[in-house]
Amino acid sequence: MPLLDVRDLSVVFQQGGKPFTAVDGVSFTVEPGQAVGLVGESGCGKSVTSLAIMGLLPRRGNKVTGEVLFDDTDLLRLRPQDLRDRRGRDIGMIFQDPLSSLNPVIPLGLQVAEVLERHQGKKRQEALREARKLLDAVGIPDPTRRLKEFPHQLSGGMRQRALIAIALACKPRLLIADEPTTALDVTIQAQILTLLKELVDESGTALIMITHDLGVVAGLCDTVNVLYAGKVVERAARHELFAAARHPYTHGLLQSVPRLDAGRGGRLHQIRGSVNDNIPWPDGCAFAPRCDRVIDACIGETVPLEPTFRGGALRCTNPVPQEVPA
Amino acid sequence: MLRVVSRRLVQLAITLFALMTLVFFWLRSLPGGPVDALLGERATPQTRELLTKALGYDQPIWVQYGRFLKNVLTGNFGNSIRTGEPVIDVISRSFPATAELAIAAIILAVGLGVPLGYVAARHRGRVLDNATIIVTLIGISVPIFFLGYLLKGWLTQGVHLFPPSGRITTGLDNTEVTGFFVLDGLLTREFDASADALWHLVLPAVTLATIPLAIIIRITRASVLDVLDEDYIRTADAKGLRNPTVRRRHVLRNALLPVVTIIGLQTGALLAGAVLTEKVYNWGGLGTLITDSISGSRDYPVLQALILLAAVVFILVNLVVDLSYAVIDPRVRVR
Repeated sequence: MPLLDVRDLSVVFQQGGKPFTAVDGVSFTVEPGQAVGLVGESGCGKSVTSLAIMGLLPRRGNKVTGEVLFDDTDLLRLRPQDLRDRRGRDIGMIFQDPLSSLNPVIPLGLQVAEVLERHQGKKRQEALREARKLLDAVGIPDPTRRLKEFPHQLSGGMRQRALIAIALACKPRLLIADEPTTALDVTIQAQILTLLKELVDESGTALIMITHDLGVVAGLCDTVNVLYAGKVVERAARHELFAAARHPYTHGLLQSVPRLDAGRGGRLHQIRGSVNDNIPWPDGCAFAPRCDRVIDACIGETVPLEPTFRGGALRCTNPVPQEVPA
Repeated sequence: MLRVVSRRLVQLAITLFALMTLVFFWLRSLPGGPVDALLGERATPQTRELLTKALGYDQPIWVQYGRFLKNVLTGNFGNSIRTGEPVIDVISRSFPATAELAIAAIILAVGLGVPLGYVAARHRGRVLDNATIIVTLIGISVPIFFLGYLLKGWLTQGVHLFPPSGRITTGLDNTEVTGFFVLDGLLTREFDASADALWHLVLPAVTLATIPLAIIIRITRASVLDVLDEDYIRTADAKGLRNPTVRRRHVLRNALLPVVTIIGLQTGALLAGAVLTEKVYNWGGLGTLITDSISGSRDYPVLQALILLAAVVFILVNLVVDLSYAVIDPRVRVR
C-alpha cells in the first residue's frame, strides 16, 4: 500500500476574473521510504500540488478537488484541526527561501522546539535540548549558541539546514521539499542535497522532491513525475527517464542541461516559447505549440495519460522514439 | 544600547537648544506683547514704559536672549507674567491633568486598536472588515472639538451618563499626591475619588483617543495582512502549530512593529489634540494653560517652557519607542 496516494488532484484559482486551473487532475503515489520527484518549469503547478497536499493553500479563492490519501485518510477531507495534528508530525515540509521561511523575530531554538512541544508534548527545556541535538544532526556548528540566535545571524546554508531540522524534528514519514536548493549558491546546494539524501536514507522517510533542476532529480529520486501546465505528462523510474525520455518536453528538458562533454562553442538546447504559450488541455496537448514533434493528432482533444510497458506513464501522441537496444 | 541612548540624549540637547532659540525670537516677533496684553489699549505711555522696564523688555533683544539662556541653563524658567508665580510651579500644577488624559487616551487607543485591527484583518473582505474601514475613516476625519461637543451634548445633557466638565466632582474631598487623580485615589485608598475621577475621564479620553485609535486600527489591520502573507507564517502552519500559537507567537509580534512606530508619532498629535479636548471639557491642564498664556497675556516665560516641555515629551516618547523596537525586533539590535 502506498504511503501517499494522490488521486485526480485539481486546484482552481478563482480570484478575480477567469478561473485558472493550476493543477489539473494530477495523480501519483509515494511508497514508504521512496523518493519521488515532481519536475517542471516555473508555473507548471508543482509547488501548488505540494501546498494542496499539505492543506496550506489559502481557503479563499482556491478550489481543491480530488483525493490525497495518506495512510488511507483523505487529507483534503480532514477537519482543519485534525490536519494540523498531522502537519509537522506525519508530514514535514521544507521551503524554497530559507530566510523568509523563518520568523525573523523568534530565536532559532524556539522555532525548532515549538514543533516538538506541539506534537510530542515536550516541555520547553526538554524541547530545546532536543532542538540542540537536531541542529547538531543537520550539521550546524556550535548548536548551543545557535539556539539563541536569530535567522538573520545565520548564513543561507545554515538557515536551510535549520528548516530541515524543523521539518524532520518529529521524524515524519513523508518529507516534502519544495525547491530546497534554488535560493542557495551552487556549493551549498550540493551540501544540502547530500544532507537530505543522508537523512532520508537513514530515517526511511519518504520524500517528494519538487524541483526544476534535473540534476537534483538524478541524484536523489527513485521515480520522477514530469509536470506540464498542471498535468503529469510523463512518469518513469529515474534511470528510465535519463536513458530514454519519451515525452518531447522531458526530452527537451534533458537536452537543455549543459554538459561538460558537449564540446566547446556548441549552442545550448532550449525549448522554444514559454510555459504561457500553451493551449488548454481539453483542446489538445498543452505543449503542442512549443513541440518539435507536433502532428495533427496532437490538437483536438485531451491526450490521455497511458501506462507504458516499463511501468511508467506517458501523455503523448507522437513520443520520442526509443533507441533500439543494440 | 547605552551608546544609542546617550547619542539620542545629545541629540535631544541640540534639538532643545535650537527650539529654544526659535521659540524665543518667534514669540517676540508676533505683534502685541505682554505689556499691551496686561495694560490694555488705554494705558498711558508712562505706565507702559514702567512695565516694559520692570519686565526687562527695554533691553536689546540679544541681551534678553542671553539672560534667558543663562536662566534656563540654571533651571530657572522665570516667573509667569500673568500670575507672578514661578513658571515651574504653574506648569507642574497643570501637567498631571494632561498627562492623565493623554495616558488614558493612549491606553484606550492601543488597547482597543490592536485587537480591532487584528480582527478586521482576519475578516478581510467581509462585512466586519468593510465596516471597520468605514468607521475608522470617519474616526480619522471628525475634528476633535466637533466630536467633543457632540459627545458632551449627547451623554451629559438629558441622559447625564457622564459629567460635562472638570476632572473631579467639586467639593469631593480628595487628597492629591501625584496630581493624577485616578492614581491618587488608589494610593490614598479613597476609592470613591478614583471612581469619580475615572468617570470624569471617560468622555475626554474617548474624544482624544478617537483619531489615534482609528489610525492604530488601520495600521494594525494592514500590518497583520502583510504578515499573514509571509512565508514564515506558512512555515508555522506547516509545523502544525495550533492557531492561537501561530497568531500570538508568529503573527502578532511581527505585526506590532509598525504599530509601535505609529504610537510614537501620534504623541505629537495627542499633545495638539489635548489642547482642544481640554477646552471642550474644561479640563484645566496644559492645553488650557497654553491657550490662556497666548490669548490672555502673551505670557512669554510660560509659553517658552510649555513648548520646550512638549518637545521633550515627544522626543522622549520616541526614544522609548525606538528602544522597544529593539526589544521586539532582533534585527534592529545590532545597530
